[in-house]
Amino acid sequence: MMGLQAAGPMEQFEIVPIVPLSFGGLDISFTNSSLWMLIGTTAIAVFFFAATRRAGLVPGRLQSAAEVMYEFVADLVRDTIGAEGRKFFPYVFTLFLWILVANLFGLLPSFPRSPQALHVFTPTSHLIVTLALAMLTISIVIVYGFWKNGLKFLKLFWPSGLPWPMYAIIPLIEVISFLSRPLSLAIRLFANMFAGHIILKLFAGFVVSLLAAEGAIKLFGLAPFLGAVAVTALEFLVAALQAYVFAVLTCIYLSDAAHAADH
Amino acid sequence: MSVFASLITTAAAGAAEAHEEASSAGLPQLDFASWPSQIFWLAFTFGVLYWLMAGKFLPSLGGAIEQRRDRMADDLDQAAEFRRQAEDAETAYNKALADARAKAQSIAADTRTEMDEEIAGLQAETDEALDKQLAAADARIEAMKTDAAAKVREAAADTTRAVVETLIDEAPTDDAVAKAIDAVARA
Repeated sequence: MMGLQAAGPMEQFEIVPIVPLSFGGLDISFTNSSLWMLIGTTAIAVFFFAATRRAGLVPGRLQSAAEVMYEFVADLVRDTIGAEGRKFFPYVFTLFLWILVANLFGLLPSFPRSPQALHVFTPTSHLIVTLALAMLTISIVIVYGFWKNGLKFLKLFWPSGLPWPMYAIIPLIEVISFLSRPLSLAIRLFANMFAGHIILKLFAGFVVSLLAAEGAIKLFGLAPFLGAVAVTALEFLVAALQAYVFAVLTCIYLSDAAHAADH
Repeated sequence: MSVFASLITTAAAGAAEAHEEASSAGLPQLDFASWPSQIFWLAFTFGVLYWLMAGKFLPSLGGAIEQRRDRMADDLDQAAEFRRQAEDAETAYNKALADARAKAQSIAADTRTEMDEEIAGLQAETDEALDKQLAAADARIEAMKTDAAAKVREAAADTTRAVVETLIDEAPTDDAVAKAIDAVARA
């Protein structure tokens, strides 16, 4: 028992290069983060390949599961954006699944005593990843908004039908709210993943510390252990919920872009 | 108490160690050197996944769902069509049944009328024949009666003549005899 040593709660977020690569002076090494992005994406691709290999009238087990996801996201897109949402369906679907799998795979246990580069890693626990996804969504919103509505897209900041004194303050609020969208989108997902994994690690750290102690104190390790189990269950919920929230908000912002001129 | 104290000490030690490590290394999330690599691999994996989803998996799934929906709609349409045909057949059957019943009734009525007419005809014929026979019999009876009356009268005249002749020895005239007989017959 003395050999047990708890790692710090931040160690799980460290980026460890596996294959050093660089492109045009930028470091684009294949890292543990890249590894888990690749594992998640490959898992999704393999699942959908198997599910659609013999796509037929009477669906098999895998095809049924894939169709449930398809209908789930299709309904979300249709209900939120409407008929124009059709062209964004593949994007929202990919976004939802990519985030969901990245979140969920991060909850898998690591192999004991494996090198740190192979520890389970949650790509969405890094701000830059969620920020990049949020910026991608907002870029699509802006480009599509101007392409669809022209300058009327700016009516998003100038809602019609307000009493005139309100126009002194509402456009400012609308601009600030629009600018904070990518940040809130990015930070919500990142902070949920980050905080969840820290809490898990702290509970697990307490278990290890208490087990390393002498005598009856070891028994107190049971409390944080049960806490860790409970938090793990909660984190599965959070992982799915945050992927869903990201997809829903993306749909709402896209809907704004599609219908800006109607405001 | 000592157990509780060491519990706190142990936990605090773990927390302190964690804090120390975090502050010494800094947040891994804010290590900007790792950002290009994360963005690159995000773009790569996300891009490939989008390409696969948009180009292959989603059309295939959507196609299967659409095809199933069409097939079900077709089947429902066909079922409705069959149902309509069945209803038509039932209507036709009921109509044929009603027609047949009406026809049977009309045939029965016709036959009845025909038979009534025939019976009436036969009756009339029979009545006529019987009337004729009756009339003939009546005529015959009448004739026989007249004949008998004439013969009685003749016999009476003869007798009268013979009686008168015997009594007065003179033959009465036919007129006188007839007059006397008439007077007697009237009485």
